[in-house]
Amino acid sequence: MKVPISWLKDFVDITLPIEELAERLTLAGLEVGGIHKIGLPGADLEWERDKLVLAHLLKVEQHPEADRLVLATVDIGAAEPETVVTGAPNLFEYVGQGDISHLGLKSPFVMEGATVYDGHAKEPGVKMVLKGRKIRGIMNRHMLCSEKELGLSDEHEGIILTATEDAPPGTPLLDLWGDAVLDIDLTPNLIRTGNILGVAREVAALTGQTLRYPDTTLPSTEGVPVNDQLVIETTEPELNPRFVAILVNGITIKPSPYWMQRRLRLAGQRPINNIVDISNYVMLEMGQPNHTFDWDVLRRRADDYAGPNEPVKIITRLAEPGEKVTTLDDKTHTMPDFSILVTDPKGNLSIGGIMGGGESEISDASQNVLLEAAAWNFINIRRTSQALNIYSEAAYRFSRGTHPSLAMFGALRGAKLLADIAGGVIAPGILDYYPHPAETVTVDLPQAEVTRLIGIELSVDEIKQILESLEFEVEISQSPISNLQSPVLHVTVPDHRLDISAEPVTGRADLVEEIARIYGYDRVPVTEMADELPPQRNNLPFEREERTRDLLIQTGLQEVITYRLTTPEAEVRILGQDYVAQATYVTLANPSTPERSVMRHSVLNSVLEIVAENSKRHAHVELFEVGHVYLPNPNGVGEAAILPDEKRRLVIAMTGPRSEMSWLPTDAELMDFFDLKGIVESLLDGLHLDQVAFKPAQHHAFYPGRVAELEINGQSVGLMGQLHPYVVEAYDIQIEEDQPVLAADFDLDALLAQVPDLYAVRSVPRFPPVQQDIALVVDETVPADQVYHLIMQTGRPLLTEASLFDVFRGEQIGAGKKSLAFSLTFQSEETTLTDKVVAKQQQKIVKRLAHEIGAQLRG
Amino acid sequence: MLDQLENLGAAARTELNQLTNGSTLDAWNSKYIGRKGEITQMLRRVSELPKEERPAFGKRANELRQELEAEFAEKEAVIKAAELEQAMAAGALDVSLPGRPVARGRLHPSTQTLRRIYAIWAEMGFQVYRSRDVETDEMNFQLLNFPPHHPAREMQDTFYTTNPDVLLRTHTSPGQVRVMRQYHPEPIRVILPGMCYRHEQITARSEIQFHQVEGLAVGKGIRFSDLKGTLINFTNRLYGQGRPVRFRASHFPFTEPSAEMDVQCFLCDGKGCRICKYTGWLEILGCGMVHPTVLRNGGYDPSIYSGFAFGMGPERITMLRHGIEDIRYFWGNDLRFLEQF
Repeated sequence: MKVPISWLKDFVDITLPIEELAERLTLAGLEVGGIHKIGLPGADLEWERDKLVLAHLLKVEQHPEADRLVLATVDIGAAEPETVVTGAPNLFEYVGQGDISHLGLKSPFVMEGATVYDGHAKEPGVKMVLKGRKIRGIMNRHMLCSEKELGLSDEHEGIILTATEDAPPGTPLLDLWGDAVLDIDLTPNLIRTGNILGVAREVAALTGQTLRYPDTTLPSTEGVPVNDQLVIETTEPELNPRFVAILVNGITIKPSPYWMQRRLRLAGQRPINNIVDISNYVMLEMGQPNHTFDWDVLRRRADDYAGPNEPVKIITRLAEPGEKVTTLDDKTHTMPDFSILVTDPKGNLSIGGIMGGGESEISDASQNVLLEAAAWNFINIRRTSQALNIYSEAAYRFSRGTHPSLAMFGALRGAKLLADIAGGVIAPGILDYYPHPAETVTVDLPQAEVTRLIGIELSVDEIKQILESLEFEVEISQSPISNLQSPVLHVTVPDHRLDISAEPVTGRADLVEEIARIYGYDRVPVTEMADELPPQRNNLPFEREERTRDLLIQTGLQEVITYRLTTPEAEVRILGQDYVAQATYVTLANPSTPERSVMRHSVLNSVLEIVAENSKRHAHVELFEVGHVYLPNPNGVGEAAILPDEKRRLVIAMTGPRSEMSWLPTDAELMDFFDLKGIVESLLDGLHLDQVAFKPAQHHAFYPGRVAELEINGQSVGLMGQLHPYVVEAYDIQIEEDQPVLAADFDLDALLAQVPDLYAVRSVPRFPPVQQDIALVVDETVPADQVYHLIMQTGRPLLTEASLFDVFRGEQIGAGKKSLAFSLTFQSEETTLTDKVVAKQQQKIVKRLAHEIGAQLRG
Repeated sequence: MLDQLENLGAAARTELNQLTNGSTLDAWNSKYIGRKGEITQMLRRVSELPKEERPAFGKRANELRQELEAEFAEKEAVIKAAELEQAMAAGALDVSLPGRPVARGRLHPSTQTLRRIYAIWAEMGFQVYRSRDVETDEMNFQLLNFPPHHPAREMQDTFYTTNPDVLLRTHTSPGQVRVMRQYHPEPIRVILPGMCYRHEQITARSEIQFHQVEGLAVGKGIRFSDLKGTLINFTNRLYGQGRPVRFRASHFPFTEPSAEMDVQCFLCDGKGCRICKYTGWLEILGCGMVHPTVLRNGGYDPSIYSGFAFGMGPERITMLRHGIEDIRYFWGNDLRFLEQF
């Protein structure tokens, strides 16, 4: 909202420099996003006090050499008048009228050497220094200027010409029109300050000044009372609690006075004519949106539907099914059935609280107008405004809550201006339909509540003073029971406010907020919490997740965090058509982009998209993500029936050469299944999970024969392996031919649930180990880990370790066979082992393996 | 024979002095003082001497051998040192060559910032409490004092789902109600991190998902002044000791009074720059006293209990601290971005 300081000064004295005022307002919640200065020191264009002054227009003559130029003679308060050459189109009508000084026309006068904006520049903000020059043979040193040249607006149709400026000629423009406009961002709760008076009230409270109200005293009335000419009926008093109307006859449509135009422009409104401008002016000034109907149009319609002697009848009602309204911007809207319309028996006239209709709007021929100011249910206005996609100034205010009491205030203010400015004569009486006046809200606030919630010690008088500065009425009573209890403030809420609750506890909090805000958050002391410390609670799922991240980055993986929104089509690539066709997704009703329409079922899909993107530039990519999937929860009850099961997954994806390129020899081999497995083993080791098994598995997304199912303590936690070439192709991952892309996709909740709380550490052996190598020839089909487990089972407890160090296939050992070479470590905790004992143990192992799986000791 | 011995000693010394490298040193050692060396041999020939000469000869021969051994050790040390020096001179490296690459894994920048936040709050007794991403309208809005169609909902552009009662949480605040309902009437100090979602266009300045960390303290006698003190303790840790802050009145339906906390711009020290939009302040978190309605919805009597809540954005904090101008980098996961952390 744009707030010109000059307008604000109508209602409150400004006692602080503008920057300080802006800071105070910002801290009190009216965030000043910018200060736009006009003419004042610090403005982009500073008006020189002695070179930019007000001129009084004395006469206008034709330039002897040019049809499109005139010579304007003006009084600038100096001994002699000045004459300037100008092409301003709005001066031509005065040519040949001789002395026109009696018209009282004033215009801004700029002297040679002054800096102004270039009115002809295409770009805004181009400055120029005024230099004297001959124009068609006549020397010209000075100029009369437009709003654009002064930086008041971008208006450059003609010079500023006003008959309503009382200041004497020679008055510095700086004193007259120098201004600053505050740009205030308002949170929705602060709509009561969404007008000049509302801001002035805050300024008064914050700076200890007195608020002045705009003048609403009506001049004398004439004619037939409005209540004899108009009846009002509403079918929905809940949605339209108040309807105020004043009839103003005999208005003259013309441009509004310059001071009003200037203020409207500074506030961001384009002046139209006096009637429309007054309506906007009242809304901007005191916050009540209002509407002027052409009374003669309403009357003619009444002649049709009721007869010439019957009163005009206005009905506010819900829209009929499919009812259409053509608004004053010539757009036709189909109304939702919950929207409320202002109508007469012949049809609709306007959309209540949002926008007027085309037929009954003011035209240049209008003479008599009906000024309406009403109150509307804010939630209904908001729904209607959203449904119609109309965000008018009226809808903005009504949808945030405008108190019904303001309707009368606004109507009176509007009528006053219609009489003063548009020459209207007010018909006697005011139509005021207000069946259930809003109840006055009162709140009992114990003094101690301020201390309890804010931590400041204010006396009852200080609290009273703060509340009264915002126009709350306050009475203080000592608690009758005991002096130990805190005094209570009986607070009556002023009738422009809708934000103070009548519910006692909430109402107290609402008041405490106002007290803290005006007192100043910056003055509230800084303290440490003194209350009881809460009990600490075990939080292993979180701690283990963080541990998982740490373990994975230790293996060199990069963590990624991806979008949790995707599309079913994207997930087909990894989950397959069969799965996705049957899957139930959490689906957005209003996605902002088609690529992000459902909550994902696969983290691997998200991560592979990132692998593909990075593969365009990086040969070596090794990533992991810990993130959620959102799965249907068919057996859920209560809220779980409608909310998805949010499960944590751990995904690893990697491809490329094992090490980065270097000038030193590095391992440039491509990573394969066993690189991934090494990382998984390292993770499991770090989590102290030892009952793990990697079982051959099958899955359509993985390379047949190169995928394993990870089991922990016999429970499956997911798959890992080399991705199927079709999957790699579907993601368009940029790789060398035959380059494996490896991935693991684990249920992290299941995995972490197996992590032991405790694990025992063996004592460091005191006796030396004995190392023996052993190579066993087995059938190709025998998995290595079966051989390993048999060795360990048989050799324990003296055998403490068996590590596979070679796998060999060749003619020497025959087709369909492989040789597995293990390095065995024997160690006793009680004694130094002899060769004999070790040899015996080894024989036992060989014998067992020969018996169980037909293993032969390799010669 | 004694003369012979002395001559031998003299010859050995001359030869020793002329030696220049390790291999000739070994040869000298075997030739003179080794097991089969000439001095040793001569010592063994002591029996050839008359009995009375034997002690003198033996003594002298032993002396000589010890002298030569000492001189040898000295010479050996000198030669070895010279040789080592030579070898090292030949092995000098170009230390400017890059080191052998180490694959260093990294946490995502959001995780790094989240952990810093967790750590600071943990030391102040605030535990991590997590809750769900997909929420009910009731939890995300109604219980937080946003009635249906209330204008305050316009502050948060919401992703709704095909079930009208279900939406993607727009803030971590629904966790406030969940944690209160779980722990009441005990006092609470938690932080609630999590991913939030807003219906936005994806641009350099706006994202459809982002992290939030919310904090909540509930107890008897918690005041706005405690909120100020606690948050200033936090900013001293995260933004530097004593960096000025200010609290501005603001509005959130679920807190009252509500405030925005600004910290003096740490990029320009408050002088005004592009990042702080020439205000000298950076908006870093929203906060306030928990609204009585929300306390009540969480199971606490607002006339006895009070509390404060605050919320901050780890991505925004990360962007400010590292001068990142495009929020899309976070979920874009380009390694050229991630590898800088």
